[in-house]
Amino acid sequence: MRIITYKEAVREAMTEKMREDRTVFLMGEDIGVYGGAFGVSMGMLEEFGPRRVLETPMSEATFTGVGVGAAIMGMRPIVEIMFADFLTFSADQLVNQAAKLRYMTGGQVKVPLVIRAPQGSGTGAAAQHSQNVEAWFFNIPGIKIVAPSNPYDAKGLLKSSIEDDNPVLFLEHKLLYNTKGEVPLEDYRVKIGQSRILKEGSDITVVGSSIMAYRALKAAEQLLDEDSISAEVIDLVTLKPLDVKPIINSIKKTHRLLVVYEGCMTGGIGNEVISRVVESDAFAYLDAPIFRLAGKDVPIPYNRNLEKNAVPQIQDIKDKVKFIVKGGWNA
Amino acid sequence: MLSKETKLQMLEKMMLIRAFEEQAEKLFMKNLVHGTMHLSIGEEAVAVGAIFALDKSDYITSTHRGHGHMIAKGGNIKKMFAEFLGKETGYCHGRGGSMHIADFSLGNLGATGIVGAGIPIATGAALALKMQGSNNIVLCFFGDGASNEGNFFEALNMAAIWKLPEIFLCENNQYAMSSSVKRFVSVPDIADRACAFGVPGVAVDGMDVIAVYEAVKAAVERARSGKGPTLIEAKTYRYKGHSKSDKNLYRTKEEIEQWKKKDPIKTFTERLFELGELSEKELEMIKNKVQTTISEGVEFAITSKEPDPDTVEKYVYAEEGEKE
Ligand SMILES: Cc1ncc(C[n+]2csc(CCOP(=O)(O)OP(=O)(O)O)c2C)c(N)n1
Ligand SMILES: [Mg+2]
Repeated sequence: MRIITYKEAVREAMTEKMREDRTVFLMGEDIGVYGGAFGVSMGMLEEFGPRRVLETPMSEATFTGVGVGAAIMGMRPIVEIMFADFLTFSADQLVNQAAKLRYMTGGQVKVPLVIRAPQGSGTGAAAQHSQNVEAWFFNIPGIKIVAPSNPYDAKGLLKSSIEDDNPVLFLEHKLLYNTKGEVPLEDYRVKIGQSRILKEGSDITVVGSSIMAYRALKAAEQLLDEDSISAEVIDLVTLKPLDVKPIINSIKKTHRLLVVYEGCMTGGIGNEVISRVVESDAFAYLDAPIFRLAGKDVPIPYNRNLEKNAVPQIQDIKDKVKFIVKGGWNA
Repeated sequence: MLSKETKLQMLEKMMLIRAFEEQAEKLFMKNLVHGTMHLSIGEEAVAVGAIFALDKSDYITSTHRGHGHMIAKGGNIKKMFAEFLGKETGYCHGRGGSMHIADFSLGNLGATGIVGAGIPIATGAALALKMQGSNNIVLCFFGDGASNEGNFFEALNMAAIWKLPEIFLCENNQYAMSSSVKRFVSVPDIADRACAFGVPGVAVDGMDVIAVYEAVKAAVERARSGKGPTLIEAKTYRYKGHSKSDKNLYRTKEEIEQWKKKDPIKTFTERLFELGELSEKELEMIKNKVQTTISEGVEFAITSKEPDPDTVEKYVYAEEGEKE
């Protein structure tokens, strides 16, 4: 099959949707000749022109609201926020407007808005350009949140997000942009609201999303080679609405669970995964306590080694899996 | 009138900023830097002209493109390079990096990476000074791009209604990343926006350190005498890419060359020669001094220790009894 990067997959999804649907347009800062801060929209201005690759002034609070306004009038805007950290400026329009308009008007209106934003650490961009923001919006009913870990999902999910009649926060990861994967030429969709097994295994279930699904997969491959530990890796793909069924089924097979997330430990998305498991019949199948690996409760530091130490790395996942599988917690 | 000594100090500071950033770029090219940087090469007259118009005890807020502000305010070059390389000996102990270098003891109240977010903070600092009966003022640096954020408009209004001792200094380097002011500002001068808030708006040649100095000086007097804020727009130019490097697809080589002809260091040096206030020998001495400062700074940074990764949780909260 054809191999492309995550970044190209995102661009293809936007491009193909814009070709087929005149109501879809892209809006954001420096998305024209510059191609966006990470080059995601490179070349799109040439194809679609400045009306549909609409560059904005530096006014995130307002152009997020402009996206909401256009969406309720029947357009399908894709709003790019250059770094997910700047969603703080967009927060009112997302939290109080986009997420609630339909509900508080008794279902009169739809808000088919996509907000795309790259998140995450690992680039040395320090505390204000490196945050994992999933948990910030996880608590808000009315918004869907997706966070693809690979090019296939990125493309299929973005198309589904654009076609969805609700506000969708589409969280990309900076470190994944240049990763490669198989993406078919044929049209396809990845459904919002479905988690998925990335690798089957029998000793432990490891759950992650975005960069942590990617790292968990790498860790699982190495664990199999080096330690003959068979980890089943589940990618949440969609964070909201959360799909825990595959996790519950997996635990019934593996009897152990590790949840990995990049955001800060306290109040992070993994906690919700664990709560759902604890409330389910899978709980009775557990042979070990449930464990979390997450970002430390710190802003992301600049220095490379500090930064690495602030969020789970592949080695950390391997160590934790070994600890759990070998019963280290029992000591 | 500025004395010859002061003018030579201004020249030296501009040359130091330029040398710091040229060296920073070299370190970057050598792959010694994990992260990003934003160079203000070409814009030195704004930082220096503005800060020389302040008292030492006055305050500034800085931006992602803040090396020049920090150096003009008296920043320690060793600690700046060390921070740039993420070392424990850096200004922020390796936590902040290039974008967040600040020295509160010198009145730099922080360099934000969230464009425009420093403006309300400066307004709040000015409010505090007013409440505390201080005679000091706050000068807030921000870019042309930042002037399109709601923060700018809202803060200018608040500073105006409360007559706060604040100066809004817009460094208009013509671009926010790839976005030209010609496309994204609805009026010819950003300074024109001041009239909407009933405050003076002054556009000034930001390549001319004396012009910047004089404009800011007038605003300082106004702020200190309780009359409220002034918006100053210094028209300048960024020679280098937005960050690291960029392909300059959004502007022409000719445009860059045109601005370089007005280079703030070159033109000021020539002017001082003409006025007979600078000799070849003095220039040589300044250059040597700058070079020594830079070499010592880099040496210090390179030989400094990395922070201990286990200290990642330090500085999140102020602990009881903790020293600054
Ligand atoms: C709120 C916010 N939006 C976008 C960015 C990304 N960004 C960083 S600098 C910059 C351009 C800023 O332009 P300007 O204010 O003119 O300052 P300059 O970089 O020209 O010094 C942009 C878009 C950011 N850091 N913060
Ligand atoms: Mg600018």
